[in-house]
Order: sequence, then C-alpha cells, then structure tokens
Amino acid sequence: MLLLGLVIAGGAYHVFAPKPAEAQEVTANDVEAGRNLFLIGCASCHGKNATGIETERGNNYGPSLIGVGAAAVDFQVGTGRMPMAQTAPQAPAKNPEYTAEETRQLAAYIASLAPGPAIPDGEYTDLGKANVDDIREGGELFRANCTACHNSVGAGGAMPGGKYAPSIKGVSAKHIAEAMITGPQQMPVFSDDVITPEDKRNIIAYVKQVQGQPNYGGLGGGGLGPVVDGMFTWIIGIGGLVIASIWIGAHGARVKKRNS
Amino acid sequence: MSTTEQYTPIEQTGVGKKAAGPVGWLDDRLGLAGVAKKNLRKVFPEHWSFMLGEIALWSFVVLLLTGVFLTFWFQPSMTEVEYHGSYLPFNGLEMSQAYKSTLDISFDIRGGLLIRQIHHWAAALFIAAMIAHMLRVFFTGAYRKPREINWLIGVGLFSLGLVEGFAGYSLPDDLLSGTGLRFVDGLIRSIPLVGSYLEFFIFGGEFPGDEIIPRLYMAHILLIPAILLGLVGAHMLLLVYHKHTQWPGPGRTEKNVVGYPMLPVYAAKAGGFFFVVFGFTALMGALLQINPVWVYGPYNPSEVTAGSQPDWYMGFSEGLVRMMPGWESTFFNYTWSWNVFIPAVGGLTGLFVVLGVWPFIEQWITGDKRDHHLLQRPRNAPVRTAIGVAGMTAYGVAWAAGGNDILATKFHMDIYTLTWIFRIGFFVFPVIAFMVTKRICIGLQRADANRILHGYETGVIERSPEGGFSERHAPLPAAQQYTLTAHDRVPVLEAPAETDANGVAAPHSRKEKLRARVQRFYYRDTLDKPTAEDVHHAEEHLGHHDGHPVELGDEFQGVSETGVPRVH
Repeated sequence: MLLLGLVIAGGAYHVFAPKPAEAQEVTANDVEAGRNLFLIGCASCHGKNATGIETERGNNYGPSLIGVGAAAVDFQVGTGRMPMAQTAPQAPAKNPEYTAEETRQLAAYIASLAPGPAIPDGEYTDLGKANVDDIREGGELFRANCTACHNSVGAGGAMPGGKYAPSIKGVSAKHIAEAMITGPQQMPVFSDDVITPEDKRNIIAYVKQVQGQPNYGGLGGGGLGPVVDGMFTWIIGIGGLVIASIWIGAHGARVKKRNS
Repeated sequence: MSTTEQYTPIEQTGVGKKAAGPVGWLDDRLGLAGVAKKNLRKVFPEHWSFMLGEIALWSFVVLLLTGVFLTFWFQPSMTEVEYHGSYLPFNGLEMSQAYKSTLDISFDIRGGLLIRQIHHWAAALFIAAMIAHMLRVFFTGAYRKPREINWLIGVGLFSLGLVEGFAGYSLPDDLLSGTGLRFVDGLIRSIPLVGSYLEFFIFGGEFPGDEIIPRLYMAHILLIPAILLGLVGAHMLLLVYHKHTQWPGPGRTEKNVVGYPMLPVYAAKAGGFFFVVFGFTALMGALLQINPVWVYGPYNPSEVTAGSQPDWYMGFSEGLVRMMPGWESTFFNYTWSWNVFIPAVGGLTGLFVVLGVWPFIEQWITGDKRDHHLLQRPRNAPVRTAIGVAGMTAYGVAWAAGGNDILATKFHMDIYTLTWIFRIGFFVFPVIAFMVTKRICIGLQRADANRILHGYETGVIERSPEGGFSERHAPLPAAQQYTLTAHDRVPVLEAPAETDANGVAAPHSRKEKLRARVQRFYYRDTLDKPTAEDVHHAEEHLGHHDGHPVELGDEFQGVSETGVPRVH
C-alpha cells in the first residue's frame, strides 16, 4: 500500500513537476534585457552595478549581488521574495512579480557579472529518480541538517528577532535545491561539496514523500506537534465531556412508583 | 401521601425468588450483605461539576485497558535494529527496538495505531480532567476540613500523573521523545552538587545510554500505575467516608446529604459516563492524529526538530525554562545552572508545594476549625477565588511561553518580544487577574444582595403618572433567598492581644499580628450577606418604593425569577 502510494506520488510528481528552463542558451540579448529590468526594479537597493548600497552607518541597504549566481536570482525572484514589498526582518515568499522569462533574463544578467551557483540541473530535481533507499538516506540527511529549523515535516519554525525558517510545503523541488545551494536570508549554504546534488535530490524526495503521504491516524495538527494536541484535549476532550456531564447532571432520576 | 406509595420488595419479585438461593449461599460465605446494604444506598448529591473527577477516573480506566494492549507488542529495548516494516521511508533505517516496535504497533498490528492514539488522548485527558477537578474543588472550598488529606492525595495523584505521562511519551524513543528526555536530563543535571551523579545513576551512565527506556518502562507500567491505583482507591474511600460535599439549598445542611442513592441512580449514571468517556477517547483516537512518531524519526542526540514541545501538561515547566534569563555562576569549580534549576526544578516542586500547603495556610488565616460539607460559591470567597485565578494566570503565562515558537510563527511575532511579554507578564498579569477577579466576585455578591432585597426584574415596564419609567420587581421565592444566603457571615476581626492576662507581652504576639494582617487582606472588601433585619425592612416597603418587590397578581405577565415568561 505504502509502496503503491510512493510510486504514485513519485510518478505524479515526475509528470507534474515544473521543468527548469535548462538547455536554454543564454544570449547577449538576455543579459541586456536582464540589465534593463534590473535597473528599473532592483537597482534602487542593490545599486546600479549590483554592487550593493552601503548606508552611512556602514550597514547594507541592499547587499551586493556580485557572485550570487543565477540560482540565487531564480530562487529570490521566482518565489516572490524579491523585490521586497517593505523592509522587514525577513523577505516573505509571495506571488512572483516577474514572469518566468523575465526571471531568466535577470538571472542571466547577474550570472554574467561573476561566476556563482547555477540553476540546478534538471536531473537533480527529478524526484521520480529517487528510490526507497534514496528516500531513507534523504530522511537521515534531512533530520541531521534541516529539521532543527524547518521542523520534521517542513512546517517551519521560529527564529530570533522576528525571523523564521519558512514552511517548505508546496515549494518546488528546484527552489528547495536553490535555497540549499545559495543559502538565502538566515539559511546557511549547503554547497555541492558538503551535500552532493544527488543527496539534495534525496532530501527533497523525502520531504515531498512525508508531506504527500496521508495523515495516518486522522486529522493532524499541521506538523505543529503537541501544542495542537493540548488544544484539542481541552477544547474537544474536556469541553465535550463537560457538556456530557451537564447533560447527565440535568437528568434527575425518576423512580417508578406503583400506586395502590 | 405515604400510604399511596408502595414498592414491591425485591424478595417477592420473580427474579428475587430465583436469585435468593445462590445469593444466600454467597452471603453465608462472604458476609457482604451488611456492607452492601449500607453502601448501595449511599446518597450522592447531584451537580455536573462533581463529575469532573469522574472523567479523570474513567480515562484512567481507559489508560489501563489500552495500556495492556500496547504491552503485548511494545519492546522496551534500546538495542539497535534495522527497520523493514510497512513504513517505507524508513526501510533499512537503523533504530532502537523500542522505536521499531512503536512503528510496528502503528503500521503492522491490527488496530494498533487506534489503540495507541486512544491511549495518548486518554492520557492527555486524564491530566486535564484532574486539573479541572482540582480547580472545582479549590474554587468551591471543598478541600476544607475534614478533606485536607484527600486534597493532599489529589495533589499526589496530579504530580504522579505528570511523571507517568512523561514516562509514557518518552518510551517510543523517537526524535521528539528523546528531546523530552534530554530536557529532563538537563533538569536533573542542574541540581547543584549531586546533579551529575544523579544523572549517571538514572541513565546508567552518559545520556542517553541504553538503560533509560527499560527503566522508564518499568516505572510506566508497574511502579507508578500501582501507586496511582492505590491513591485512587484511597481517594475514593475517603470520599465515601467523608460523604460528598453539596451545594447549599433548602433542606441541605452540614449534617445531611441530599441526592440520589448509589444504586440504581449513580451506578447507572457513572457507569454510563464511563462509556461516554471511553467513546470520546475512542472517537478522538480514531479521528485525530496524536504523536505521529513516524514523522519525527528515530532519536539521535545530535538532532532536534523545530517545534519540539512536551505534551501539554509539561508545557508550563518548558515555558518557565524558556522565559528564564541565562543565569549561571561558578563556585568551587562547579557550574551552578540557575537558568535551569530555578525554573524547572523550582517550578515543578513549587507548584506542588503551593498546592499542598494551601488548605493549611487558609485554615491558619481564617482560624476556621469546623467541618464543612456545604460548598462555597466562588463569589462568596472573593480573595480565595482571586488567588486561584491569579495562580491560573501565572500557570497560563508559563504554559504559553512553552509554545513561544509556535505562537511566534503562527502570529508573525518576534520570539524575543514574546519572551519579554512572558517574563513581565508572569509577575504582572496575575496581579491584574487578582484585582479583576476580586472585583467581579464582589460585583456578583452585590447582585445577589440586590436580588434578595429588591427582588428580581420581571421585565414589566411601568409608566408613572409623572411620565417616569420603572421596571417592576417581584420578590424572589423563599427557597432561592435561602440558597443565596446560606453561607457564613464575614467574621468580625479582632486585633490580636499584645499582652496576656497579667499585662506581660504575649509570647506569640508578632506571629498573631502577622496573622491579623493576612486575615484583614483575606476578608477585606468582601460583601456581607443582608441581615434578617434588612430583609424584613425590604418586605415592609413592599409596593411603597420604586424598585422594591411588589406582590404579583394572577394577571401578571412578566418573566419568572429564572427569566422565563409566565405566559407564552
């Protein structure tokens, strides 16, 4: 049954997973178009040459993008984190402002400035290629490296100063892989030397498996753990049984009398 | 009246005639008829709040039943094995035998997951019901003499219940339960001087070792349940011996119990309630997922998952630790971890010590050595009620702090801000809660006095010849007036004698002065019930003044004292 589910989930993912825009030649036109987009939408914070803007106190107004690579652009712009709507402890994911084509052009421009991590090869984001053993290994790596911040089902977690590890539910395999390579915001970089591209794929395959499997045992609390259980205990358990008590208490005994 | 009601004696019914032989045979050998005759007709009073303890009792029975099922398959061993069960994402994964058998119970034993979930929900309910029951006993003053020892037994049941629950959720040896064990490991180590020795003793060496699961298992299925059973038995025996407390009302005194007999009424009600509780836990176990051990993975001391929380009843101690500033000091080459010791060890023991000594402290304050079998309404002991709500507030702040990360992510708040809110709130919110509760109680007392002296509002609006509008009041039925005034008067406080009969300074005058001050605090602002003179005075003015009760004629069209229209 589980195997069947696994195969179906994997197969379905294989069919529906967005194919990265690989094998598309990056042309000089793309770079030029990306630069034009950058000057309009990004330069006000990142500087006209993408070298970042320093504030008078020496802080970053917007960080330098030299060497961040196409993967960083594809992640930040593709998940809607950039451009930011307002200053905040952390840029939240939202609907993307740029089309896939515009994102590709922006990535081409940033990648042309200096070498950096490229958008991962489609082979490593194709989860249909992960077998049962791969998924188990991915789970081990996930628990060792990711759950401390992202929670055991990727529901996310809190961080100091209003920052947080976001939920990785419904995030595409490509974007998860890019986040691991580039280490956006609070996240550390897990380079391909530390966790190989195959292992990254296995980690993603494990997360997708755990998030995609049915909630064995009934309605779950969204992976939030015992806090939700406590809420159910008091509201449904004690609340319901108190109502039952009131019902029992409100019904007095009727002694059957025989008149003679 | 008495001549019209006749019952057929049981000996003369068909069943009675047939059963007489075997029952007589048994009674000749066991001699239980005398005891049974007395106790089967034992009278218990009726009120829904008296059934909160019953929820705890019945969920304990559910725990015993489901627990026996789980012991058939659970293997309390930390031996490493390779998993090859039905949960494929772990196929071939190394894990402890304990975790493997928990996964087997969840995926490969028929009905295993259902029983595991019923067991877990029943455990969460058990503690919740104990707390609800304890709050009922506290706020109605049911712990007063002669029931102090039963209160202490209850505190013992509560504290052992927490330990039992903790031991239970540590057994599966998954990443979450291991993290909980790590928390307790830290708690033990924070005990000055002996902490690390205790840790090695309990864990059989370095954390986690391979001893702790078998040891916790022994405690969870044998030692603590046996003590719990014994204490439950003592709790119930004392309940029968003292007789149940009852709400005041006409015909109810400190010397009688008004209610229904054990057989058949309470046997049916309590027996039925057991099935309601069992049904509830079974429904929750069937529909709501609890502790999905498979998503956490096997325990590994180097791993942790975000959102790690203890079960709800340990949340307050977790929260106390999360709130505490990181104070540490080093004396004599030892680290003294105040950051853990004060909140965790101090918080847990503090809660139980405060609960345990409260009845005796209150007795010392009030000087009341009488037996009490009539309950107090919470409003008629405003300071006690306010202290109780203040305590609940402090507990609630600590509890919320235990889930600060979930609150931070779900409500998009800064976890540092939350920590400061909790740190300050732990001391400030209870004070606010105290003042607000006390005022609400006094307000309710005034409302009661108003109903006694001025009657209840009938909903009939009258217009005077001058054009003024007023609502007609009607006198409260005598039974209700009695019920509302059945509590004691506020005692007249006397200044402590500073000298004895010979004019020499009294030996305990300082202690007595302190007591007098606490006593003043305890009774201050409490509204006394109207005197008989007040009531007669009000009656004399019937119909003379606006707002005073008037007689109701047959044509009366307003609402009754419970707010129900007389005429539909």
